[in-house]
Amino acid sequence: MANVLAFAETRDGAPRKVALEAITAARMLADATGGGEVHALILGAAGVSEKAKQLGEYGADVVYVVEHAALANYSPEVAAATAADRAKQGGYRAVVFSTSAQGRDLAPRVAAKLDAGIVTDVTSFKVEGDAITVTHPMNIGKVGATVSISGTPAVIAMRPNVIAPAANAKAGKIELIQPALDPAQARVTVKETKQGGGGKLDLAEAPIVIAGGRGLKAAENFKLVEDLAAAFGNAAVGATRAVTDDGWRPHSDQIGQTGRLVSPDLYIAVGISGAVQHLAGMRTSKTIVAINKDKEAPIFKLADYGIVGDVFEVMPALTEAIKEAKKGH
Amino acid sequence: MKIAVCIKRVPDMDVRFKIGADSASVDETGLKYDLNDFDAWAVEAALQLREKAGAGEVTVVSLGPDAAQETLRKALSMGADKAIHLKTERIPFDSSVIAKALADELRGGSYDLILFGKMAPDTANGVTGPIAAELLGVACVTAISSLEVNGQTGTAKRELEGAQEFVEFKLPAVLTVDEGLNTARYPTLKGIMAAKKKPLEVKPVQLGESKVNVKKMELPAERSAGKIVGEGAAAVPELVRLLQTEAKVI
Ligand SMILES: Cc1cc2nc3c(=O)[nH]c(=O)nc-3n(C[C@H](O)[C@H](O)[C@H](O)COP(=O)(O)OP(=O)(O)OC[C@H]3O[C@@H](n4cnc5c(N)ncnc54)[C@H](O)[C@@H]3O)c2cc1C
Ligand SMILES: Nc1ncnc2c1ncn2[C@@H]1O[C@H](COP(=O)(O)O)[C@@H](O)[C@H]1O
Repeated sequence: MANVLAFAETRDGAPRKVALEAITAARMLADATGGGEVHALILGAAGVSEKAKQLGEYGADVVYVVEHAALANYSPEVAAATAADRAKQGGYRAVVFSTSAQGRDLAPRVAAKLDAGIVTDVTSFKVEGDAITVTHPMNIGKVGATVSISGTPAVIAMRPNVIAPAANAKAGKIELIQPALDPAQARVTVKETKQGGGGKLDLAEAPIVIAGGRGLKAAENFKLVEDLAAAFGNAAVGATRAVTDDGWRPHSDQIGQTGRLVSPDLYIAVGISGAVQHLAGMRTSKTIVAINKDKEAPIFKLADYGIVGDVFEVMPALTEAIKEAKKGH
Repeated sequence: MKIAVCIKRVPDMDVRFKIGADSASVDETGLKYDLNDFDAWAVEAALQLREKAGAGEVTVVSLGPDAAQETLRKALSMGADKAIHLKTERIPFDSSVIAKALADELRGGSYDLILFGKMAPDTANGVTGPIAAELLGVACVTAISSLEVNGQTGTAKRELEGAQEFVEFKLPAVLTVDEGLNTARYPTLKGIMAAKKKPLEVKPVQLGESKVNVKKMELPAERSAGKIVGEGAAAVPELVRLLQTEAKVI
């Protein structure tokens, strides 16, 4: 029986979906050790303790909250010092993060402070005697590794969207704590967090991702992708490097080896050839659909369903059909 | 300005990998190796900072077997001033072990900036830079896609999921480089000739113990070949039906 700490990431002052995934993963780990407690840590500006109550509904027994006026934006050094401090005091079996941009930044800092073993981009885990064994894709997803982490705690960062947040109501007792580092002392300060576009869903979290490639021909034709995303209502828009290189979309939308990793329930590739570097970022999607006018395009080898056709003809028809299908619900 | 760049030699990913006889490594026969792309962008960033300042020194460091020297020579031919080869029998999977060896070398080198790639695509952990920063006790900004340095402070941009972060930091600092920061230059013939005369110091190192060990490697199950639903807009109704009834994603 051992306790597990989960770091709850926020955006705009509220826990992100990846935070709920981390809590769920921590709950599974604690249960696998014979039923320990899950403790969560969340940092933010005034009001975050109110939002943190949600973490109890997903399996946190205790939620440690740092509320500080200087923490509206992510503060890597304050978060790392506080998480390491809490981990030392709590004597946890594992500390769980998400492999998001923030988790990738924070987890290694905390692991270093604890002199703990760390694996990121974890797709599954098991408690095996003295070790925690995880699976971790290597070589842009072309090789799967099973890796054991010895020592306590083990630091793991879960790949987003591989564990569905599971409601599992626990006490969720809120405990306000002080940051382990005065934010004024930080050498690194996030001055501003700018959202990519009005109310757009987050690529790492969206259950549906619609990605556009050079087949769309011009930046303004991404409207076809956005319209389909809007028809679904729960879809985010992604892009290939060909597209971000040409400045049609921001680099933060790029999916692939040098971009984001996504594994949504549904991935729709629109005018995308399916280069290995692109596949590296989306091959673990549950269902893949491809629309391409070239029936030999490599993306069709990976896609569950393909339509051979012109995106300018297929996309408006698909958007209408999805609107209709959604009405029926 | 004194800048160090940590660079890794990685296999070309555009191949079908085979698993080694021990079932816990990648079979290296026939693989082609090169400087990690993220590290090439880190070298480029260092060279641009040195060129802008009109003074300074860029040191490249790589840990691994003798072949790492080929990668170091490439960085020298791009324009780095000197190279350090931390010689080991192999490159371990555990990034913490690599970070410790790199930090031991870099400590006391009075570098203003130490640059890393955001990630090595083979081991794919993306943690070496921030771990080294902690061990060295210096500031760290990860995955930067823009950079400005002014004396003892700098600013950088980070790409999040659907958002961007604008960061201010104090030097000395560790920075890890994302795509989009720059385009790496190719070595020129003149650069390649010059690199042969640049200092490359070889230092054997003893690696620490790994807490993270690979037990097994395997090739992921191939996705079963999908089906072409049809051609053009006429295929849309059937696609939507399959998404509803078979894939159950709508
Ligand atoms: C080191 C490195 C890292 C990289 N990292 C990434 C990465 O992270 N992400 C990434 O995406 N790429 C990455 N790339 C680039 C990658 O190799 C490809 O160049 C890129 O993915 C191609 O993008 P694309 O499919 O949009 O364009 P293309 O390959 O040009 O494909 C366009 C497709 O659209 C189809 N098409 C054209 N017109 C129409 C139409 N009217 N209707 C329907 N279909 C149409 C064509 O048949 C074609 O298949 C990387 C490359 C390198 C070398
Ligand atoms: N063997 C190595 N020698 C030098 N630098 C390395 C080595 N391994 C990793 N790095 C650096 O650490 C970065 C991230 O690697 P990783 O944490 O393994 O994804 C790389 O882009 C390099 O800058």
